Amino acid sequence: MRQLYRYHGGIHPTEHKLESSELPSKSAPLPSRLILPLHQHIGNGAKVEVQVGDKVLKGQMLASAQGMISAAIHAPTSGTVAAIEPHVVAHPSALDGLCIHLVPDGEDRWMAHAPLDFHSLAKRELLDSLRAAGIVGLGGATFPTHVKYSLTPEQRIQTLVINGAECEPWITTDDRLMREHAAGIVSGIRVLQHLSEPAEVLIGIEDNKPQAIAAMREACAGSDIEVMAVPTLYPSGGEKQLIRILTGKEVPSGDRPTSIGVACSNVATAYAIHRFVDHGEPLISRQVTVTGNVRTPQNLEVLIGTPLAEIVRLAEPLPDGTGYIIGGPMMGLHVDELDAPMVKATNCIIVKSAQLFPPAPPAMPCIRCTRCAEVCPADLQPQELHWFAKARDFGKAQEYHLFDCIECGSCAYVCPSHIPLVQYYRFAKSEIWQREQELQAAEIARERHEYRLFRIEREKQEKAERLAQKEKAVQAAKPAVATPLPVAAPADADPNDTLQMRVDADIARANMQLRIDAAVARAKEQAATAQPRNTEVLTPQQQAEIAEIEARRAKIREMASHAGADDEPPKQS
Amino acid sequence: MISALWVMVGISLLLGAVLGYSAIKFKVEGNPLVEKIDAVLPQTQCGQCGYPGCKPYAEAIAKGEADINRCPPGGEEGIRKLADLLGVEYKPFGEGAGPKAKAVAFIDENTCIGCTLCLQACPVDAIVGAAKQMHTIVASECTGCELCIAPCPVDCISMVPLPENIQTWKWPYPVYALTPAPLNQPEAESV
Amino acid sequence: MRSSPFISTPASVSQIMLHVLVALIPGIALYVWYFGPAILVSITLASVTALATEAVMLKLRKRPLRPFLSDNSALITAWALALSIPSLAPWWLVVVGTAFAIAVSKHLYGGLGNNPFNPAMIGYAVLIISFPAHMTQWLAPHLAGHVELGFIDQLGYIFNGTLPAGTKLDALTMATSLDTLKTQLHLGHTVNEIREMPIYGYLAGKGSEMVAIGFALGGLYMLYQRIIYWHVPVTFLVTLFAMAGIFHLIDPAHHVAPLFHWFSGAAMLAAFFILTDPVTSPTTVKGKVIFAAGAAVLTFLIRTYGGFPDGVAFATLLMNICVPLIDAWTQPKVFGHKGGGK
Repeated sequence: MRQLYRYHGGIHPTEHKLESSELPSKSAPLPSRLILPLHQHIGNGAKVEVQVGDKVLKGQMLASAQGMISAAIHAPTSGTVAAIEPHVVAHPSALDGLCIHLVPDGEDRWMAHAPLDFHSLAKRELLDSLRAAGIVGLGGATFPTHVKYSLTPEQRIQTLVINGAECEPWITTDDRLMREHAAGIVSGIRVLQHLSEPAEVLIGIEDNKPQAIAAMREACAGSDIEVMAVPTLYPSGGEKQLIRILTGKEVPSGDRPTSIGVACSNVATAYAIHRFVDHGEPLISRQVTVTGNVRTPQNLEVLIGTPLAEIVRLAEPLPDGTGYIIGGPMMGLHVDELDAPMVKATNCIIVKSAQLFPPAPPAMPCIRCTRCAEVCPADLQPQELHWFAKARDFGKAQEYHLFDCIECGSCAYVCPSHIPLVQYYRFAKSEIWQREQELQAAEIARERHEYRLFRIEREKQEKAERLAQKEKAVQAAKPAVATPLPVAAPADADPNDTLQMRVDADIARANMQLRIDAAVARAKEQAATAQPRNTEVLTPQQQAEIAEIEARRAKIREMASHAGADDEPPKQS
Repeated sequence: MISALWVMVGISLLLGAVLGYSAIKFKVEGNPLVEKIDAVLPQTQCGQCGYPGCKPYAEAIAKGEADINRCPPGGEEGIRKLADLLGVEYKPFGEGAGPKAKAVAFIDENTCIGCTLCLQACPVDAIVGAAKQMHTIVASECTGCELCIAPCPVDCISMVPLPENIQTWKWPYPVYALTPAPLNQPEAESV
Repeated sequence: MRSSPFISTPASVSQIMLHVLVALIPGIALYVWYFGPAILVSITLASVTALATEAVMLKLRKRPLRPFLSDNSALITAWALALSIPSLAPWWLVVVGTAFAIAVSKHLYGGLGNNPFNPAMIGYAVLIISFPAHMTQWLAPHLAGHVELGFIDQLGYIFNGTLPAGTKLDALTMATSLDTLKTQLHLGHTVNEIREMPIYGYLAGKGSEMVAIGFALGGLYMLYQRIIYWHVPVTFLVTLFAMAGIFHLIDPAHHVAPLFHWFSGAAMLAAFFILTDPVTSPTTVKGKVIFAAGAAVLTFLIRTYGGFPDGVAFATLLMNICVPLIDAWTQPKVFGHKGGGK
C-alpha cells in the first residue's frame, strides 16, 4: 500500500452528497437558446469566428483560441447565430460579458468529425488540437489543458495525478461520472499519459465514494494506473492539497505543479479529452449536479450555454427557494436570479432554502481564537490576513502570504465570529491587483512621457543643426555673389533680418489662424449636413461602403462601451 | 561619582564618533527623494497640480514648495502614500479638487479637422494623426489627463468614462450589520 | 454582494464564552463548599457591574448593545476577577475593580477582541496596588477552626462593613497560603515547619487546594470541548513544575514542592482560564508555548522573590505586552514556502 500524506488543517462539513449521487445521470433536452460567453476559461477570451445570421453545425468552432492561454468555443448544437452581444454571465460582479447567442434548429446535426489517432501525432500537434477543441480543466479553474501539458524539454513529469476527490459538499458530478464512464475516463488518462510520460499515474478519490472507487479500480485493473482512496476531508480536492496527499510534495508558492514533476487534471477533464480523441467531439457539454431545495436532485449532461434557469427547472425546484449557488457551497457564487448561462466551469447548481442555507449571523469582532489557523490548508494565519485586509494594509497582507490563500473558505466556515474572511481576502487581492496594474500603467506613461521629451529635444536639435547648415551654406555662397558690397552691410542687415523674421512669424501665425477659422467653418458646415466627407468626389459605391463602415463603427463603439476590456490582454492572476 | 561621570562622557564621545562616522560613510548621494515621490505619482502628466508634469511636481514637493494634495489622478490613496513617504500628515483634497472617475479621451472623427494641435498637447504621444488627416486616440495609452481638450479648435475631443467590466471589477470591502462602513480612511475604526 | 462560503459551523462567540462560564462552575461550587456563599455575592455583584459598564461603554461608543451584551465575554471577566479577590471584600472594591476592567482595559482599547491586556488581571492589579489591605483579607476555610460567619452576617460585612457583636475580622480572615509561606520564610522558618501549620492541607492551602482542583476539572472540560488548546495550560503547568522542582531539589528547606505551586494561589485559574484568553494570548502554536512558559517563569520568580504574594496577575500582564512581538516572530511556515518565519 502506498503511503498517503497529510496537509495541515481541513474541515468536515456535512456532505449532502447522497441527495444527488444515487440517481443515474440524464441528458438534458435541447434548450430554447444557447448563450456562449467568450470568456469561459482563464486567459484571453476567444475570438469570434462567425457572424450574426450564420447557420452552424453541432461542434463547429464559433470562436477560436486567441494567444497561448486561451481555448476555442464550439456550437453545442446546430442552429443559427442570433446575436453576438453582451449577456449576464456567472460572475460575482453580476456584470455582462460578450456572448454568442445561438438558436438551435432542433436537428442537432453534427459537423464532420472523426476520432483522432493521437499516437501518430506529434505532441505539439496534439496539444494544438486540444486547444482548438476548447478543452480546459473542468475541476473549477478552467485552466486550458494544452497549456498545462506544454512541457519544456527539461521538465520531467514523475507523477500524473488525476483528481476525483470532489471534496466540496453537495457536488456529485465527478462521482457519477466515475461510476458511469470509468472506461472513458481511463482512455482520456491515456492521452494525458502520452503527453506527460509520467513514471506513475495516481487517481485520488475521497473514501466517501466507494462505488466510484470500485468502478475506477475495475476500469484500471491490470494497468499501471493506481486508484487511491484518500480520507474525506475538505479541501482535499484542491490541486495542491491532493498532490500533497498523494506524493508528499508541496507545490512551491506561485508555481505550477509541473515545477515539482507533477501534472494534475480532473476526471471530468480526462473524460472530455476521451470524447474528443475517441469520438472527435469538442468540449460542448458537461455533467452538472442540480441539488438543494429541488424535488429530484440529480446529475445532468448539459450543453454548454444552456440557460441555468432551464437546467434547474428539470429538477423541479420547490417553492421556498432563497436564491441559488453556482458551484459548491464552500467556493461557489451566490446569485438571486439564474440569468446566466452554463459555462465550462459550472459543475453544480444548488437551489437554496432558508432551512438548508440559513443566513449567516451578523459578524462579531475577531476574538483571535485561531480556529481559522487550525483549519487553514495553506498553513496561513487567516486572522492576521483579516486584520491587514480590514485595515487596508495590503503590503503587510502580502508579507503574510495573502496570495497563497486558495479561498477554500475553511476559515470562514469555522469562524465563531462569522466574519466573512474570504471576502476580506478577495477584497484585498483585487485591490492589490488593481494597484499593480495602475503602477504598470504609470510606468508605461512615464516612459512614453520621457521619450516624448527626448524626442522634442532631439527635433529641436535637428532643426537647429539644419538651420546652422543652411546658414553655413548661405555664408559660403555669399562672398561669391556679393563681393562688391560694403563690409558694413551685414552688420545693419541683422536687425532688419530679425524684424523681418518677426513679421514673417506674425504673418504665419495669422495665416494659421485663418486656416483654423476656415477649417472650423468647414467643420461646422459638415456638422450641419452631418455627412462625413473625407474625399471630394464619391461614387455611389464608395458612399455605400462608407455607410456600411460607419454602421459597423457605431456597433463596435456600442459593444466596446458594454464589454469594455473583454478582448484586452489577460490580467495577471 | 567621578568614575560614573567619566563613563558617561566616554559613552557620549563614542556614540558621537559613531554618528559622525556614519554620516560620512553612509552619505546619501543625489536626491533620491524626487525619484521616490515621482514613483508614487500616477504619471498622467496632466498638470492639474500646476506643474508641467509629474516630475516637476515631485521636485516641488521635495523642495517643500508644493502641497501633497494637488494630484487628483492619484486619488486619496496617492496623498496617503505621499504622506507616508514624507512623514507628514494626510491632507484631504481642497474644494472641488477631488479625483474624477477614470476616463479616456475620444475624438469625434467626423468633426476633426486634422490640425495636429492635440498631438502636440498629448504628454504621452497617445494620439495618432498627421496634418489634415483625421486623428485618433490610442485608448490603451491615454492617461485621461484632459490636456488635449483645451487646444482643440473644433471641440471634437470628449472624455469617455471607462465603464466597469468583469476584468476591472473589484470585490467590495465587506460591510455587514455590525461592521460600519469605513469613512474611506484606513484608520477608521470599524467595530 | 455575498462571498462564499455559504455554510458555517453553528459555533458562536457567545457559545464559546458560555462554555468557559460553565467550566468555572466546579471551582465555584467547591469554593462555596469550603468558604461559604460569600463568593456568590461578589460574583453576582461583579456580573451586574460588568454588564452595566459594558452597556454604558457600548452606548458611548455607539455600538449595538444586544450582540455584545449577549456575547458573555463581560461575564467571564467579572467571574475571573471575583474569584481572584477575597470573597469578603467590601462591595465597592468589587465594583471599582470590575468597572475599571471593563471600561478602561477593554472598551478604551476597542472592545471585544481588541484589548491587549487581560481585563480581569488589570482589575486585580489596580485593586492590589490601590487597596492592598482589603486585598489580603481572605476568608478562612470552614476546616481551619476559625470563627465562622453566617451568610446574613457576610452580607452585612460586604455591604455595610459591620460585623456581629463580639467577632473580629482578624479571627475570620487569614493570609493566603502563599502569603503565609512568604512571611514565615522571612521569619526564618523552614518549609517543613511552615507546612505543619493548620492552614495547610495535602497539597497547598486547605480549602483553596480543592478549589484549584475544581478549576482544573473545568479546564479539562474545556479541553474536551475544544474551547481551549492544550498548549497554554500544559506548558504553563509543566514550566512552573520544572522551575519549582529545580529550586526545591537544590534547597528544599526554603523552596516548597512543585505541587504546592500548582495548587496554591491563582495558578490553576490562570493556567486554564486567564492565560488561555484568546484575545490577549498569541495566535501561533509556537507563540502560545513561549507565552505560557514565560508566564510560568515570571509567576515563579514573583512568588519567590517579588513583593506580592501571588505573581500570576503581573506575570500575565507582562506576557500580554509581549504578545504582538511573539506573534510576529513565530509565524509558521506557509504551504509551498521554504523554511519557517515570514
